[in-house]
Amino acid sequence: MEAAANLSRMGHTVTLIEKSSATGGRLNQWHALFPSRISPRPLLERLKSEISGNVNVILDAEVTGIEKNDDGYVVDMANNRMITADAILLTSGFDIFEAEKKEEYGYGIYENVITSVDLERIFNTGQPLLTVQGRKPSRIGFIHCVGSRDEKAGNFHCSKVCCVTAVKQAIEVKELIPSAEVFLFYMDLRMYGRHFEELYKDAQFKHGIQFIRARLSEAFENEDGTVQIRIEDTLLARPLKMSLDLLVLMVGIQAPKKKGNIIDLVGIQRDTDGFPKLDDPYGMPFRTGIPGIYCAGGITGPKTIDETLTEARAVASEIDAYLTGMPSFSNFESIVIGL
Amino acid sequence: MIDFGYSIKADRQINFDTNSKRMLEFVRTAEPSIDWCMSCGTCSSACTAASITDYSLRRLILSVRRGIESDVLNTVFRCRFCGKCANACPRGVNTRNIIYMMQTAATKILNHETLMH
Repeated sequence: MEAAANLSRMGHTVTLIEKSSATGGRLNQWHALFPSRISPRPLLERLKSEISGNVNVILDAEVTGIEKNDDGYVVDMANNRMITADAILLTSGFDIFEAEKKEEYGYGIYENVITSVDLERIFNTGQPLLTVQGRKPSRIGFIHCVGSRDEKAGNFHCSKVCCVTAVKQAIEVKELIPSAEVFLFYMDLRMYGRHFEELYKDAQFKHGIQFIRARLSEAFENEDGTVQIRIEDTLLARPLKMSLDLLVLMVGIQAPKKKGNIIDLVGIQRDTDGFPKLDDPYGMPFRTGIPGIYCAGGITGPKTIDETLTEARAVASEIDAYLTGMPSFSNFESIVIGL
Repeated sequence: MIDFGYSIKADRQINFDTNSKRMLEFVRTAEPSIDWCMSCGTCSSACTAASITDYSLRRLILSVRRGIESDVLNTVFRCRFCGKCANACPRGVNTRNIIYMMQTAATKILNHETLMH
């Protein structure tokens, strides 16, 4: 939406093709954004109002093929719809790791094991946070790196945003149930962004949330429906067991699935982590190696909202340069910086 | 007792559900900055006692959090309150008061007294 609005403002005719029935992607799912914990709604409204009337939006559309001809690209959609374009920007986002695949954690088997996405949904409904048995949970655990930094889960990369999301969600849980004990089980805490460390400090200083360096091997269900976890408390070098009323799995971000994905449809090469291979990852982290086809946002890896929006504006200016025949800033070849 | 030529060691597993957190509550009430510790180990790397014995404030804080009282009883009195740990701590944890409170709690436990301020 941000790239579309910017390109439209530059005088280009822009069509936005959306698979679902609403624009905004995963932003629609989140209850509050880290680290400030504001609602994403005002941002969504601004983005929607910026494209409204200026961008041709096609909803509920599935792209089935993209072909190149002498005039540019032909985008085929289901139900015999078709448009032509001079340039294409792919912004179809990332996939979220399916927690069922980490069977030993019991998602989909034990009722009181949920994911971070489920928790965000519960926050959105405004309903009280309860166990499946209807009890107010008194002890809640968050497991970091579920489907991240785990080659057996098919992802060796770090999903980058889950650490701070876990801290944010832990604080939200603690505010909903102040009497609850909240534990985060982490391998490393990657509070890399601005104000992230402050949120982590708040979690400890103000909310008494406890951080235990450990990686869960297996979860079990007790007779009363609570979840038993066994971990190694690695900073004490001793095994530890504890029961939890609710176990939250911090599901990671992964590359879009291989089969029939638009990345493969247009012939973009995949990199070692499954995300699109970029031919100039420092100078032009949205150029695909195919002239006129660009990628931006979560499709090229885990990103925050502000990173995605900044990238959207940057790619819009690059696409504008491509369309108007202006020299590109790629590979630093044609950059002229004030003398 | 019959000597079988081997012995069975105590379970090393920490049972978080059954371990008592009375020491944590005792220390935290007097010194809430125990919650600020992020186990970086700067304190124990600056500590003289830690360099010559197996005393470690980083580990002791974790032991208190997990309710491993034996570790506190066995090692906490090795501290001589020089305060290098407090100087070193990047988060401003009042380490000396934490150790003092741990020693107070340990003394009470050894004297079979109730842990109350």
